[in-house]
Amino acid sequence: MAHDKKKIEELIDGTIDWETQHRMLSEPKDEERFQAYLEILQERVPWDDRILLPYQYHLYIVQKKDTGERVIKCDCGHEFCDYRDNWKLHARIYVRDTEEALSEIYPKLMAPDPNWQVYREYYCPGCGTLLEVEAPTPWYPVIHNWEPDIETFYKEWLKVPLP
Amino acid sequence: MAKVASGVDFRPLKLGGQVLKQHRDAVLHTSRETGHYAGLIRMDLKEKEPILYNKVFSRLRAGVVNARETAKRIAASPIVEQEGELCFTLYNPVGDSLMTSTGIIIHVGTMGAAIKYMIENGWEENPGIRPGDIFTNNDCLLGNVHPCDVHTIVPIFWEDQLVGWVGGVTHVIDTGAVGPGSMTMGPVQRFGDGYQVTCRKTGENDRPLRDWIHESQRSIRTTRYWLLDERTRIAGCHMIRDLVLDLIAEVGIDRYMRFAYEVIEDGRRGLIRRIRSLTVPGTYRGVAFVDVGYAHPDVNVPPYAKVDTIMHAPHEVTIRPDGTWKLDFDGSSRWGWHSFNAQPVSFTSGIWVMMTQTLIPTELINDGAYYATQFRLPKGTWQNPDDRRTAHSYSWHFLVSAWSALWRSLSTAYFARGYLEEVNAGNANTSNWLQGGGFNQYNEIHAVNSFEAASEGTGATAVKDGLDHAAAIWNPEGDMGDMEIWELAEPLIYLSRNVKANSGGYGKYRGGCGYETLRMVHNAKDWTMFFMGNGYMSSDWGLMGGYPAATGYRFEAHGTDLKQRIEQGLPLPLGPDADPDHPGYEQKMQAQSVRRDKQTMTTETIFENYDLYLNYLRGGPGFGDPIERDPEKIEADLNGNYLLPRYAEKVYGAVIYQDEEGRWHVDREATRERRQAIRQERIQKSRPTREWMQEERERILRKEASVQVRHMFATSFQLSPKFLEEFKRFWNLPEDWNLIEDELEAATFGAHHRMSVEQLPDVKRLVLVEE
Repeated sequence: MAHDKKKIEELIDGTIDWETQHRMLSEPKDEERFQAYLEILQERVPWDDRILLPYQYHLYIVQKKDTGERVIKCDCGHEFCDYRDNWKLHARIYVRDTEEALSEIYPKLMAPDPNWQVYREYYCPGCGTLLEVEAPTPWYPVIHNWEPDIETFYKEWLKVPLP
Repeated sequence: MAKVASGVDFRPLKLGGQVLKQHRDAVLHTSRETGHYAGLIRMDLKEKEPILYNKVFSRLRAGVVNARETAKRIAASPIVEQEGELCFTLYNPVGDSLMTSTGIIIHVGTMGAAIKYMIENGWEENPGIRPGDIFTNNDCLLGNVHPCDVHTIVPIFWEDQLVGWVGGVTHVIDTGAVGPGSMTMGPVQRFGDGYQVTCRKTGENDRPLRDWIHESQRSIRTTRYWLLDERTRIAGCHMIRDLVLDLIAEVGIDRYMRFAYEVIEDGRRGLIRRIRSLTVPGTYRGVAFVDVGYAHPDVNVPPYAKVDTIMHAPHEVTIRPDGTWKLDFDGSSRWGWHSFNAQPVSFTSGIWVMMTQTLIPTELINDGAYYATQFRLPKGTWQNPDDRRTAHSYSWHFLVSAWSALWRSLSTAYFARGYLEEVNAGNANTSNWLQGGGFNQYNEIHAVNSFEAASEGTGATAVKDGLDHAAAIWNPEGDMGDMEIWELAEPLIYLSRNVKANSGGYGKYRGGCGYETLRMVHNAKDWTMFFMGNGYMSSDWGLMGGYPAATGYRFEAHGTDLKQRIEQGLPLPLGPDADPDHPGYEQKMQAQSVRRDKQTMTTETIFENYDLYLNYLRGGPGFGDPIERDPEKIEADLNGNYLLPRYAEKVYGAVIYQDEEGRWHVDREATRERRQAIRQERIQKSRPTREWMQEERERILRKEASVQVRHMFATSFQLSPKFLEEFKRFWNLPEDWNLIEDELEAATFGAHHRMSVEQLPDVKRLVLVEE
């Protein structure tokens, strides 16, 4: 069942009532959601590039208006990289790998031991938003979280042309 | 109606010789050839008689759930009766599940694997499969999760022909391992992991055999619970068998048999539909870790096992254009000399427990999902050990940790499609496990395993906070249980049960907080207890800017003056261990020794009466940047004791104050300014990722890391040349760079010499995943 645009906006804002949210969880998914979601997100961002796919909270795969390139872009307007690349390699990083730095986050006994685990905080260079906290061992390669198959998604799953 | 062109005969089976084996071969062959379960390109019964199909489904589903609810009242064990740690599943003749009850549904696959093992290893001929037989299994080498999950398996015959099987499982309170408790700490090999039986015929004519009753009671500690658990399982299985036979009488044998295969194809198609409707095709990656701190003096194990190491579970999920998917765990670390190893079936079957809470939250959970999924678990890893000595009593330590990363991958897809209600940052590490034993308050030999761990904080969503002290991933129906019941079952009095502040990961939406209970030993004799959980690491990560949940820690106090304080009416250490940076319990008692540290794995320690044990149950991970958190939620956290004030300032960037009545408030305007400043501070204190990578590369070249980190990488590199190559490529390391275990300052048992179970005579190992 399709939901009102207002309800999807409330979902995005975290203000949705529990009854509607519960229905969204328990009923078959509304196929129209993706288009409505895209329209709302597009209205909210302060730039004109077309959003192809929300990549994660605050980040989007967009098609640039001027060049047609597909890039990963923050809602503040900062552009990271080609959509197939790992945006974290183009972010700013702060690594908590000492007891002192980790104790800023949790009481000492409730924080990881830096000999076992560190926090890597990735910030947007444009707005300073914390976009991801990785919590790996030292030495661990930066994870490339995902590479969506946008062509198949649009053409075969949504059955709409890719812009 | 009974036979399809592709060759699978759906008629009931008259056993004798290799009939079952040949039938399973035909099902597997046609499934592979056609891409549809048992060659069911068309589902005739569902298409031609949809009302009957749904009626049969509903009757069976209601029946298995009803059997669980009824049978659990027989059990005396609070693990079963209070926590619902049991499950019943109905299978077709080849051991593929049709449907399951609620409860510990990981056993959809494990009991099926036991049936398949019997089929593949000639049970049909010896010991024979006859009406009225009862088989018992808890063998981890067959895919069982851990020895305490005991299966009762009953074949179902229509007249003299096999029409299926029913399995029942309960989590028993003790299996006679080297230490007390169902998931004891200390076994480093199978031979200390508890009493294990391999699909043994333990009953005939619907009654348990006397030799089985006598032997099994001598092999475990908690005999009364053991016997009643078995009656629970047998009763449930027989209820379901009766239901099936009644249904066959009603709808006819042909229709029932057709249903028993079509419903699995239905389940396969159902998963594909859900994947296509909820996700985005592509490749998803994640990784999970958890600590194994075995080098510590409080872990008493053989010298070759006293190794600090880390479980490594990287995953690559490929969602294909046709809606099927591949879950590949290449790069995982090796099995080890501890009891956290898993088996492929427990790993893959357990994933369905998780999926029922996210991707497939329907009643139609059966082996169809398995047939739509390609699993890859390389041999030799902790999920697929290549040695028959491995211990498994707490497999969940690794399993729940590994799955936490899968939530992030799935949630990325849900987020992209706008299904924000489905996003979940991950699951908590489901610990601590309070376990132990000795003589209890009733002067009986006893063992305890507190299932308070069934209520952990859940992960934050993209819409709201995670639930506080609510659930555990392994049993979607679990709860913390009543204190009064636990006090009847354990000689441990509650001094407190409180929310654990700061245990949930921070975020715009925070993870649910866990809780903590302070237990005082009372009226016990010759009593030991131990700790088990994560301490040096968080096993979950936050999502999209959220933080991981807090790690665990341990508090225990021995030789206290609590007896005198109670007699004299003096203050006692009641309430939460609210701020472990400023311990409060020690202010209200004297103790000969207090252990307060991050060593959250210990083997048996003697506890006298009036000693204390803190049971801290973990929180879930957070979602989104914490400085976006609504000030109103921060006020609620502070006033509800979910958050220590200094972290409201440091992590959430809130400017806070207290009114005359002590209530906390957030200054909205000052907070807005402070958060703006934090954004600038972040940019100033950070640096480009590639610049940091140069420094990290130098550390790798110098091999500068703790032994546990290097041990983890060395075992993964040994098993996966691909992982090693990708590692070297990412860090731009020299072609000849490597790290092997022989370089490390740790014992290397298992690195070079291993022997798998199929090397035993007359054993055919069941292989259900790509290796």
